Amino acid sequence: MHIPDGFLSVATVASTCVVSAGGIGNAVRVANSKLGEKHVPLMGVLAAFIFAAQMLNFPIAGGTSGHLIGAALAAILLGPWASVLIMSCVLIAQCLIFQDGGLLALGANIFNMGIIASFSSYYLYRSVTSFLGGNGRSKLIGGFIAAWGSVFLASIACAIELVVSGTSPLAVVLPVMAGFHALIGVGEGLITAGVLSFVAVTRPDLLQLQRI
Amino acid sequence: MKWWQIGLIACLLVAFLSPLASSSPDGLERVAEDKGFLGLGREAPFQIIADYVFPGIENEVVATILAGLIGTIILFGVVYGIAWLLKSRRREAAK
Repeated sequence: MHIPDGFLSVATVASTCVVSAGGIGNAVRVANSKLGEKHVPLMGVLAAFIFAAQMLNFPIAGGTSGHLIGAALAAILLGPWASVLIMSCVLIAQCLIFQDGGLLALGANIFNMGIIASFSSYYLYRSVTSFLGGNGRSKLIGGFIAAWGSVFLASIACAIELVVSGTSPLAVVLPVMAGFHALIGVGEGLITAGVLSFVAVTRPDLLQLQRI
Repeated sequence: MKWWQIGLIACLLVAFLSPLASSSPDGLERVAEDKGFLGLGREAPFQIIADYVFPGIENEVVATILAGLIGTIILFGVVYGIAWLLKSRRREAAK
């Protein structure tokens, strides 16, 4: 879902840049006041995992592929602001080093896959797990739903940016973006739930960290 | 071995799988193609490891794996470093 340069208008580029810069600034502030000893290596490993896993496009229907975003996994394990920080680093590196996602579109990409995906998945996870009682199985279901929702909502944010940029009309772009990403979100959900269950078996303490 | 060292090795193994990735367009690219605005996209003004293929290597599988390993290590190092700095700066401020 990395938007290249050329798809967004100047106004969309400017406003998403301002919001994302503010988001990163606040993420730094919150991380600075809450980060503990155990968070530091987990932040590094999650960033490495999200980068590597994002390279692995999996096929969905109709000659189309999708890949993990990873914000849900980071937000569930570390909290939404830590996730914004990790996702911003991944997206900046992908843009600057790997030419994936445009330079001018970086603010929009951080807004969609960093801010929207992190916060939507964090609060979806919390709502679903508390609704289902908070046991191990509810955490897996919560992880799946949170991850699916994060992809779906990020794709809607992306579609709206394309619409307000005058690139494509709402009735054209929104249903197809939401439709494809409803499928891609299933992959995100399965990977997220899989990693969460692996962490729960091998290092359950990492599920108990203070959320940032 | 510390848990995060094992975690990092697992991430590098994931990077080794990168040549197996589907080469079909992703969701947004597919929509842009179908709805006729893919042509608006512009190339980056510079290329370093463009499209996750390390430049100057004939074998694309090797070039992709190399790009994946480099990115995975960079992200681990940068984010570990930022988190470590944020944590230790607070400790100094508290003293």
